[in-house]
Amino acid sequence: MREGLKTQDGGIQYDLSASTFSPDGRVFQVEYAMKAVENSSTAIGIRCKDGVVFGVEKLVLSKLYEQGSNKRIFNVDRHVGMAVAGLLADARSLSEVAREEASNFRSNYGHNIPLKHLSERVAMYVHAYTLYSAVRPFGCSFILGSYDQDDGPQLYMVDPSGISYGYWGCAIGKAKQAAKTEIEKLQMKDMTCRELVKEVAKIIYIVHDEVKDKAFELELSWVGEVTNGKHELVPKDVREEAEKYAKDSLEEEDDSDEENM
Amino acid sequence: MAAATATRFCQQLSSVSDMSPDWTTKEVSTGTTIMAVEYEGGVVIGADSRTTTGAYIANRVTDKLTPIHDRIFCCRSGSAADTQAIADIVTYQLGFHSIELDEAPLVQTAANLFKASCYRYREELMAGIIVAGWDKRRGGQVYTVPVGGMLVRQPVSVGGSGSTYIYGFMDSNYKPNMTKEQCLHLVSGALSLAMERDGSSGGVIRLAAISESGVERQVILGNQLPKWSTA
Repeated sequence: MREGLKTQDGGIQYDLSASTFSPDGRVFQVEYAMKAVENSSTAIGIRCKDGVVFGVEKLVLSKLYEQGSNKRIFNVDRHVGMAVAGLLADARSLSEVAREEASNFRSNYGHNIPLKHLSERVAMYVHAYTLYSAVRPFGCSFILGSYDQDDGPQLYMVDPSGISYGYWGCAIGKAKQAAKTEIEKLQMKDMTCRELVKEVAKIIYIVHDEVKDKAFELELSWVGEVTNGKHELVPKDVREEAEKYAKDSLEEEDDSDEENM
Repeated sequence: MAAATATRFCQQLSSVSDMSPDWTTKEVSTGTTIMAVEYEGGVVIGADSRTTTGAYIANRVTDKLTPIHDRIFCCRSGSAADTQAIADIVTYQLGFHSIELDEAPLVQTAANLFKASCYRYREELMAGIIVAGWDKRRGGQVYTVPVGGMLVRQPVSVGGSGSTYIYGFMDSNYKPNMTKEQCLHLVSGALSLAMERDGSSGGVIRLAAISESGVERQVILGNQLPKWSTA
């Protein structure tokens, strides 16, 4: 069996399949899957008083790409959106799983699926792929957000280990630590979606690394009172206003840095 | 009403004549009068207590108000066996769903589960069900699932063979935004009238008031029924 194969320094490998624990109780394949997420560009989701806003830093690898292609924000149901980080193909397949869960729920029970339940169902599916050596874990994390009359705004995140967490603000991807720091500065419980969308754009601009990654597209979406409960990409004028706010804030900070010098 | 049609149909089909009593051949039916009314903060539901096999009253103290969950009930009319079977299935499905969600189920969910069974097996079933209860999202609600498997929410709903006799009474006496006591009075008055006229309805009146604080059940015995005539 390959699990007993010795490496050059004599240690035994425990990382070749998800069905093997290491001696210190870790499943390496799941941890490696989370590394795949950390290699991806940042996605954030923030829940406010009257809705949820998503922002994704979509790195543009080639000038030949059509603008708006390879979307990283999906519609799962009318009232539910999903922003992803990690292997995009894995994320796409999970968005289909989420869509089916939401659709079946409505068909069986006659109303919108509560987001907590949806995230638990998809998390259970993701977890199943961490149990067997015949398959590999999903290499993506995703943030689910929804708004409906009964529960108000809700935000949940699922990671490759198959756990789901509820949040007021959440970040995934390469700059998630920096993004979390910025998110913690916000008083999101008192903000509306219109105010929040500008802050989300600003955070993405702040965490974007100009040196390592060149061009990027900002993907922004929201769901809340402002959209009447429908999850959709932010309209062009709102996005332009948000990006302008983001760029202006960054310049101000640069200017204030210069003054201090 | 639906039960009467069914029994006539069966009579034509079966080869038994007047030699044996009809209750040896007729299906057990809750001939019935059932109803449910929404009020501010809950619902009031009521039913008669007569179960018949043909002309024989198999049970004169039936409980047709069946709990499906802590704050959700259904009123059963039509075939006793069919409605009991469906109610058992929905009770299981709703209980499972509620545990999964880790919260109390919605009345709308219960109603949709009834509809799913009643519509899918509409050819084999004879069931007219009123689903009523309270949930914290939308308060008191009444949903009716008649024979055939339609689903519609109504502020007031009546059902069963005896309901035909009280449509006029309901139309003239129901007003929106009544109190719980007014609803109880209305329901017991209406049921009493129906039980007086419909041969398949009678016995005692069973009432239940469902709200956030729980379920209050009461029985009005035969000799205490509201009187509408001096006879």
